[in-house]
Amino acid sequence: MHLILFLVFAAFCLAGAVNLLLQTHPINSALSLIVVMTSLAVLYLLLGAEFLAAAQVIVYAGAIMVLFTFVVMLLNAGREERTRGSRAYAVIGFPATVAVLALISTVILHMQGLGSAGMGESLTNQPGATNLEELSTVLFTKLLLPFEVTSVLILIAILGAVALARHPDAEKQEGK
Amino acid sequence: MSLWQQDVPLSLYLLLSALLFALGVVGFLIKRNLITMFMSIELMLNAVNLSFVTFAHQWHAVKGQIFVFFVMMVAAAEAAVGLAIIIAVFRARSTLAVDRIDLMKL
Amino acid sequence: MTILQFVFWSLLKVIVVTVVLLMGVAYTVLLERKLVGRIQNRWGPTRVGPFGLLQPLVDGAKSFLKEDIIPSGVYRPLYLLAPIIALSCALISIAVVPFGSPAVTGPGGFHFFQIADVNIGLLVILGITSIGVYGIALAGWSSNNKYSLLGSLRSSAQLISYELALGLSLVGVVLRAQSLNMRIIVESQSKHGLLSWNLFGGFQFVAFFIYLMAAYAETNRSPFDLPEAESELTAGYHTEYSSMKFAMFFMAEYANMIMVGCVATLLFLGGWTSPFGDLIPLPQNIVLQALLPMFWFVLKVFSFLFLYVWVRGTLPRFRYDQLMNFGWGYLMPLAILNILATSLWLAYK
Repeated sequence: MHLILFLVFAAFCLAGAVNLLLQTHPINSALSLIVVMTSLAVLYLLLGAEFLAAAQVIVYAGAIMVLFTFVVMLLNAGREERTRGSRAYAVIGFPATVAVLALISTVILHMQGLGSAGMGESLTNQPGATNLEELSTVLFTKLLLPFEVTSVLILIAILGAVALARHPDAEKQEGK
Repeated sequence: MSLWQQDVPLSLYLLLSALLFALGVVGFLIKRNLITMFMSIELMLNAVNLSFVTFAHQWHAVKGQIFVFFVMMVAAAEAAVGLAIIIAVFRARSTLAVDRIDLMKL
Repeated sequence: MTILQFVFWSLLKVIVVTVVLLMGVAYTVLLERKLVGRIQNRWGPTRVGPFGLLQPLVDGAKSFLKEDIIPSGVYRPLYLLAPIIALSCALISIAVVPFGSPAVTGPGGFHFFQIADVNIGLLVILGITSIGVYGIALAGWSSNNKYSLLGSLRSSAQLISYELALGLSLVGVVLRAQSLNMRIIVESQSKHGLLSWNLFGGFQFVAFFIYLMAAYAETNRSPFDLPEAESELTAGYHTEYSSMKFAMFFMAEYANMIMVGCVATLLFLGGWTSPFGDLIPLPQNIVLQALLPMFWFVLKVFSFLFLYVWVRGTLPRFRYDQLMNFGWGYLMPLAILNILATSLWLAYK
């Protein structure tokens, strides 16, 4: 069952990623990326990371991609145009990427000690601890400082985004 | 074991993560639209998240999942600021094609 | 039980629950029409069947038989996809809602009254609400119509703003119940009947108020129904939709209402527990014993829907900037204060 679920959702991931590359209109690419992200959420569930699966759907697919979709709708720039820029990136980069991918795959396939994942396995096999409890015991005790610093980071990002995306006319009006 | 009861070797998850990462890199190199390039970056981040969760499962350590949590938060912050920059660039240049946004002065 | 048995029984539960939910949606429309009619001192629909009870069936038949017009300038794939996303997101989150007591089990630990008992049930509902924004955003954009675009942008901004207040208001309940599992949250309210519900004994009345406001905004209902304001936006994001696709948006709105009502009863009103607690002894018949919690659940959801329609018939709608200011400036800080107060109270205890 685990193998079948993995194959189905891995196929969705790959199909979404390839579709991201093949589509010309950014809104179609955005929707394919949403498919990738929700399939990844299912794969996290298969690996026993329930909270991360929910966080992936809420944060990535439900907030970040909504942001992307809004920007595509707001800018309304239309389909990608064929420009006459340099194609050097694609010509050199594509084979290089394939080479690196082949290298990584060889390393992965020759790794010893990787186990396998079955259905219903929990992360640390402590009795009666859900995945959420395991995560939060570490997150709120040992890693409290990074957690709080992350919230400051998000605050900075909000301020930066508002300042950058402001309409330039609004500043002139406020200056009066 | 029958097909219904087989477990999935973790190397398959890592292979999927490597493939998604490679597709993200190829997307970043091939695409000429700013927003689509940014989406390829998000794809790369997601691929790395999958590897982290896989290794967390292998070593039965919760630190892998916590790192994924932080990567998600940082990616959210980065997406917000990046898209604001893209909006500002579009207002100045009226185009999203990367090849046209290559001069400092208009 | 084997995988095949599990899949079969789950499929059966899904079919029954979906059919009941869709019938509930149809009759909620009737409830609204009759109730708003009575508030406005007129009868609602009374002609079709006794007291107008067959009206939803006739409305459904009308929807099917209307001509399906697709304007030529729309972006077809997204135009056809948007109502599907809206309706499926409204129907999916019913899977983690427990209707009745989990003490009633079938052979092999089969829960009769809940489709999926997951440890993160509440996050699943929040996640699916987040995905529901796409239905509206894509509908407005693909319609190639300025009223639709404006309506959908306003509606999506409203939805994502109030999602925040919604999620934060539920944190107080989660702190008290110490779990995100819906079944455990309800069971933590089952000790003393009415007094142990989160609304009364749990002192979460501020959170309930915030949840109520955020829920009205999330489902685009009065007083937050500016995106659908006929006098301003000519029906907003579903202007260009006709017949069945419009019916799908309509059904999605009412299914969201019912869903929000279910979550409110589970988290604040004690779910399937009876308000009398242990004062009234349980009936001896095992079938009645199983159905009584479900009756309480349905009664509470019905009273929540009654409140919904009552507010719709009574209050005028917000202006858009007032709406956004209310969500970000009042509800969100209030929700955060509620979390602070609840955690201080729990730490003190």
